[in-house]
Parts: sequence; C-alpha cells; structure tokens
Amino acid sequence: MEAILLNFFQWMWGPYWEPIWAYIAPIWPAVWTLLKIVAIIAPLMLCVAYLTFWERKIIGWMQVRIGPNRVGPWGLLQPIADGMKLFFKEVVIPSQADKQLFILAPILSIAPALAAWAVIPFFEGGVLANIDAGVLYLLAVSSMGVYGIIIAGWASNSKYPLLGAMRSAAQMVSYEVAMGLALVTVLMVSGSLNLTEIVLAQNKNHVPVMNFLTWNWLPLFPLFLVYLISGVAELNRAPFDVVEGESEIVAGHMVEYSGMAFAMFFLAEYANMILVAAMTALFFFGGWLSPVSFLPDSALWLFAKMAAVLFFFLWIRATFPRYRYDQIMRLGWKVFVPITLLWIPVVGIWMMSPWSLWT
Amino acid sequence: MELKTILFYLFSAILLFAALRVITARNPVHAVLYLVFTFFNTAALWLLLGAEFLAIALIMVYVGAVMVLFLFVVMMLDINIDRLRQGFWSYLPFGATIGLLMVAEMALVLSSEYFSTASFPDHPISASVSNTKELGRLIFTDYVYPFELASVILLVAIIAAVMLTLRHRTDTKHLDPSKQIAVKASDRLRIVQMSVEKPVTDCAPKEVLT
Repeated sequence: MEAILLNFFQWMWGPYWEPIWAYIAPIWPAVWTLLKIVAIIAPLMLCVAYLTFWERKIIGWMQVRIGPNRVGPWGLLQPIADGMKLFFKEVVIPSQADKQLFILAPILSIAPALAAWAVIPFFEGGVLANIDAGVLYLLAVSSMGVYGIIIAGWASNSKYPLLGAMRSAAQMVSYEVAMGLALVTVLMVSGSLNLTEIVLAQNKNHVPVMNFLTWNWLPLFPLFLVYLISGVAELNRAPFDVVEGESEIVAGHMVEYSGMAFAMFFLAEYANMILVAAMTALFFFGGWLSPVSFLPDSALWLFAKMAAVLFFFLWIRATFPRYRYDQIMRLGWKVFVPITLLWIPVVGIWMMSPWSLWT
Repeated sequence: MELKTILFYLFSAILLFAALRVITARNPVHAVLYLVFTFFNTAALWLLLGAEFLAIALIMVYVGAVMVLFLFVVMMLDINIDRLRQGFWSYLPFGATIGLLMVAEMALVLSSEYFSTASFPDHPISASVSNTKELGRLIFTDYVYPFELASVILLVAIIAAVMLTLRHRTDTKHLDPSKQIAVKASDRLRIVQMSVEKPVTDCAPKEVLT
C-alpha cells in the first residue's frame, strides 16, 4: 500500500520527486500515519451521516411511515442537508454557563469515539495500531466518553442537563462493569488482549463448512447477550435512553446546546454505535472471517456483520419502550453482573475439561 | 535531545501544572477535572516507560470509573467557596507541617536501599514480550499470596461498605420487578358489563294526544 502510494508520487512528480522526498523522508512515518487516520475517519463520518438517514428510514418503515424522502432522490441527501443546517446555526452559550467547560464537553465526547478506532482491525494486518493491550485500550477509551456527558450537564448550569448527567454517570459506570466482565471470558478463550489474535482465535472450524458455528457467539451465548445489551446501555440508546429521555428531561445534557456543538454530541453517539457494532463483530462474530469455508475472508464480512448489529440497534429502538431508571440499575447490577461472574468459572472449567473447544 | 526525553519533560511539566491546579482551582469541579488531567499525564509517563498495561489500567480504573463517581459527588455538593477560604492563614501552619512531613516520608522511602534501581532484578525486557502476559504470569505465580491477600482485603472492604449503607427501610415504595412482571390484567382491572343506556321501560308515552 505504502509502496504503491510512493510509486504514484514518483510517477506524478517525475524528476522533482527526489528533492521533495529528501524533505519528506524524515517525517514520512508521521505523514503515513496521518493518512491512515484520515482513511479511517473520513469514511466513518460518512457512515455516521448515513446511519442517521438509515435509522430514520427503518424506523419509518417499521411504523408504516415513509421516512425522509424530500431531499434528493429517495431522500438520500437528507443527512447532508441536516449537517449543513447544523453547521450554519449559531452556537448559543448560556450566560450563566461555565464557558470553557461548555465548549470542552462536545470535544470530550467525540474525541474518545474517534480515538477508539485506532485499534480496530479491518482485516488481518489492516489496523492503525496493532497494540498488545487492544481490548484494554478500547475499554479505557470508551469509558472516557461519559466525561463529555457529565461535563456538558454540569457546565450548562441548568436543571435538566444536570439530571441527564447524573443519570448517565451512574448508568455508564454500572454497565461498564457487566461489559468488562463479559469480555473477560472472551479474553480467556482467546488467550490474548490483541484484537487481531482474538479474531484469529475464533477461526477453529470444528464444524465442517459452517465456520460461523465456532465463533464466540455460540459457545459464549449468554455473555454475547449480556455484552450486546450492555453495549446498548453504554450507548445511551433506546430502550436505555433515560439520559436523553425526551419525554422526561427534554434532551438531558444536550438541552442547552445548539448548532455544531449539538451536532458533535450527535456524531459521537453514532460513531460510538458503529464502534460497538465493530467490537461485537470482532469479539463474537469472527471479525473479517468468512461464515462459510468456501468463501474467502474479507473486510466486507466485517462490514456486513457491523451492519447487522447496527440494524439490531435500530430495530430495538423502534420496538421497545424506555426502561424505568431503577430497573436499568437492577438489570445491570443484579442480573448481568451475577450472570457474567457465574459464567467466568463455568468457561474456566470448560476450558480445562476434555471437551474444551479452545485447545 | 531524544524525542522520548522531550516528551518526558513535556508530560512532566503538564503533570506538575495540573497537580498544582488541583489544589489551587477555586471551583471544586475544575479541581476534579484537573485531577483527571493529572492521571492522563501520569499514564502517558508510564507509557514512555513501556508499562502499557499499567498506563491503560490507570486510565480505565481511575479516569473511567473512580473519577466519574467522584465528579458525580462533587457536582452534587453545594459548596460555598468563600466560606471554604475563611481561616486559610490560621490553618496554614498545621497544613504545612503535615505536608512537609509527607514530603520527608516520601523522600526517606524513595531514597532507601529498597527502592533504588540497583535493588531491582535486572530483567532486560524485550519488545516481543507482552507486558500484560508477563504481569499476569507474575501475579499468579511468584506473587500469588500477596495478590490473594489484596483481593481478600478488597472483598472485606466491599462487604463493609455494603453493610454500612444497607438499611431496610420500611417506608420506601420499593417495587419487586418479579411481582410487576407476574401481574395480570385481572389483578388491577375489573371489567363490568353494562348497557350504554338505561333500559327504556316506564318512560313510554301513556297516551297519544289526538
């Protein structure tokens, strides 16, 4: 990839390339990394835009409506129009707000959502930073997203945002526990914290042809469910969207935000959705591995799996009513944490038994 | 100067500035956020030392969980900053004495034989060795008893914290979700069959005017 790009430059600049390269060569690793970051973030932002469109369409169809269909063919330009509108709107800062923190909050919520993508492998070797502690990095970075919400709620100096911030602080910390514990078993069976190795560890093929039966989702099915539901709760999405809770606290931490500052929260939420979908695909659905043995492995499989998980998120949003807050806490602490704690020794004994799938 | 050294001094300078702001910031929420910032820079310094597991664990545990709850509590407090600053000078000698004592203790500990770099076993860490794997192996082999002891102490702390806050109040409107789920429509609602209008019996006209 790198060589192709350099050859292209050489062809484009001809004899001038040598002196230019003399300047670029010392900083080339940094430039190359930046190019890779752009290659990840730019399509991600496009996906975020069209995820909002897809969400509105799907929920529309599920509720026997048409959904957005005015801007462009089949309404396809709707997210562009929405983005433009938000971009040109004024960012109103309330006079009693803590101005620095008010501006810092949207940045703090979108930065972790983008930074987490550094360790996501798209195919074998197709990863920006192939670090050993990849899973830990993901957990650490995604746990920082809550700061954006809390700081937004407090800095707005208003009642509903503060209530939203309080709700989100308790909810996100609670579900992180269940999510982390569910991932412990995935780490046990893969024997690594590296995301590439976790995916390759699922490539066991105990069942002929149907490779997808040996991916983690089937042997670790209860934990897969716990992880998926905790993921939805961590995203603050329906049916766990008490943080925003339109009918109770208007929009929670986002009440006082307008224009691009509001759009940043929105971008962060959808970027996080895609991230959790990618994590679910990597941990439980074998990442880029092909579901059947006669088709080749490809990054397209990963995207298909992510799309399926994303569709699931939209589906449950259209289906379920909002949880009551005390029931959210009960589900997190009294149901999910005991299930995961019980399942860790179960999987441990299974791994030591002669019937282990992960030798 | 090597890039690593430049980064070390950069992170150290930011770390010291943030730590100073923790105790000088007027607003307690700002102080907590500076503390978060301090943790970040500490993690960056540990990364420079090649201890990536500890660095990420620091961010995950302290920044991701402990400080969130801390911030949660501090935001709920109604703190009058002016009243907090009253009597600063009268408390200063006492506070300064304790501070100096702590500095002296730290200096004694860090300058002792035990913590000098010479006392550490000389493990050349190769880049191919996974930090996390090595740490896990050490915890569960060489240091298994201290590790188990620490976990038991933490368990005792958890149980103590739960017992201290557990009160069986009788006046709460506590709901039992299993009962709520098991509820039937007939438990809450009685459907009565009744006709829309009263039966027309005695209001028929007795005679027709002619």
